[in-house]
Amino acid sequence: MKTRPKKSFLSYFLVSPYLVHLLLFVSFPVIFSVVLTFHKWNIISEMQYVGLENYIRIFHDRLFWKALVNTLTFLAIHIPLQIFIALLLAYFLDQKIFLKGFFRATFFLPVVISGVVVTMVWQQLYGYDSGLINTLLVAIGLDKVEWLTNKNIAMISIAIMATWKNVGLYVILFLVGLQSVPQRYYEAADVEGANQWQKFRHITLPAINPTIFMVTILSTIGGFNLFIEPYIMTGGGPLNTTLSAMLYIYKQAFEYYHMGYSATLGILFAMLIMIVVVIQKYTIEKEN
Amino acid sequence: MKPMKILIYILLIGAGFSFLYPFYWMILASLTPENQLGDLTLLPLKITFDNYLLMFSKIPILRSLLNSTIVATSSTFGVIVFGSMIGYALAKTRFKGRNLLFFIIVFTMTLPFQITLIPNYILMVKFRWVDTFAALIIPALNSAFAIIMFRQVFKAIPDDLIDAARMDGCGELRIIFQVIWPNIIPTIITVGIISFMNSWNDVLWPLIVIRDEKLMTMPQLVTLFAVGGRSDNQLGVKLASAVLLALPIIITYSIFQKHFIRSMVSSGTKG
Repeated sequence: MKTRPKKSFLSYFLVSPYLVHLLLFVSFPVIFSVVLTFHKWNIISEMQYVGLENYIRIFHDRLFWKALVNTLTFLAIHIPLQIFIALLLAYFLDQKIFLKGFFRATFFLPVVISGVVVTMVWQQLYGYDSGLINTLLVAIGLDKVEWLTNKNIAMISIAIMATWKNVGLYVILFLVGLQSVPQRYYEAADVEGANQWQKFRHITLPAINPTIFMVTILSTIGGFNLFIEPYIMTGGGPLNTTLSAMLYIYKQAFEYYHMGYSATLGILFAMLIMIVVVIQKYTIEKEN
Repeated sequence: MKPMKILIYILLIGAGFSFLYPFYWMILASLTPENQLGDLTLLPLKITFDNYLLMFSKIPILRSLLNSTIVATSSTFGVIVFGSMIGYALAKTRFKGRNLLFFIIVFTMTLPFQITLIPNYILMVKFRWVDTFAALIIPALNSAFAIIMFRQVFKAIPDDLIDAARMDGCGELRIIFQVIWPNIIPTIITVGIISFMNSWNDVLWPLIVIRDEKLMTMPQLVTLFAVGGRSDNQLGVKLASAVLLALPIIITYSIFQKHFIRSMVSSGTKG
């Protein structure tokens, strides 16, 4: 007990690395970000106060709204697809299956591999003339698809690839959820004479509801950060249909050096992300 | 076997194939002469290392492998050491502002990085850290996720153990690193894998703060090689660089896959 004052000093010493980090790389940037939104600045010359100009500019910036819609389109395809495939594969793996561990490890492989590698390989799979997917389509008598060059398809292609990359993680999360459903519920349903679908619909699905919401939130946050895939694969094209909000913010800052405007977009976009996630979390708590 | 079971096996095998084949094709294509790439499907046609030799002559890929290793190892080391210190302070000591600090740490996890990205870049410019490893390592030395993980595991360590160590005259740092650490190896592995992977696979931040080719991390160098004109659009050469980027992770993953899966799942559920 006699060492109490010293101990308190010691605690501050222990947390000091984080305090420095918090001040330098979190608190200061958040405040400075707000300051930046009222300025025009290309880093090299003097910062120039422009009032609300950056905010007004957003309203006229069609390309930003397009990028935002593109990002939401991506999420609208990616999230349902991801939940459906992850749940399906997890459901299969939850049966008595030979080589279960092998399948699980295989599905998980793209999760650990750099998005750069995944994107580079899928760019070839999606190739129009000699890409593997089109070769397969032709082989079974279908037409070739312009996976990355058609403005209506390119974002769908990126969403499919992103699903392929991440789905393994969600398979495991669902598998954990499925295995937590008490076996006796199924046994009771068997006594009642329920079929496979009825059991899934009335026992499994309600039990894994929390997992579905968790997967939704995780893929929403991940999806909003969509950047490297269009950066490598399409550069945002064709006709800016795969330009994601994050890619647009990056371009504004590091290709055009519009630091003030880019910071304004960043804050607005971050607020949108937080609002969407808070709404999702609120819905979950209400549901449960 | 029931028809349902057979269908499940067919779909599982199909899925498994679709997850493995692209990587198999990538490795195969990187070993195939450029003019035969169009005919490549399942079996190798003619094995050549020309793509690799050409790639080595065009970009400093081994240098970038070393850079990535240095950056990922240093930041992971920082995350584990500082995460333990702060997690210990939050779990096992009392001080003014402790709860507030914990609340702030949890809050920063929900803060999208888009807010701090541009100001952090400007900070790097002002510190003259652009084109130095400091820009890649120092902002990555602390992780809210690691602190929360360590705090949680430290809470489960009995106070008696710590009191006994204090009785023996151990300082707090020795208690953390010599008395508690041996008891929490799984948490250290989890935090280590997550933090190493995050650093190893990050490409946005390196693209922003590193311009000097000699200092680039591997994913950054490969990205710029893939989108830039330097590869002369030769597919095999690009894929050779992708193989080298994927290989360290594929090898580590094949050995420690159970640890990888467990770690990523715990970061997913707690993040």
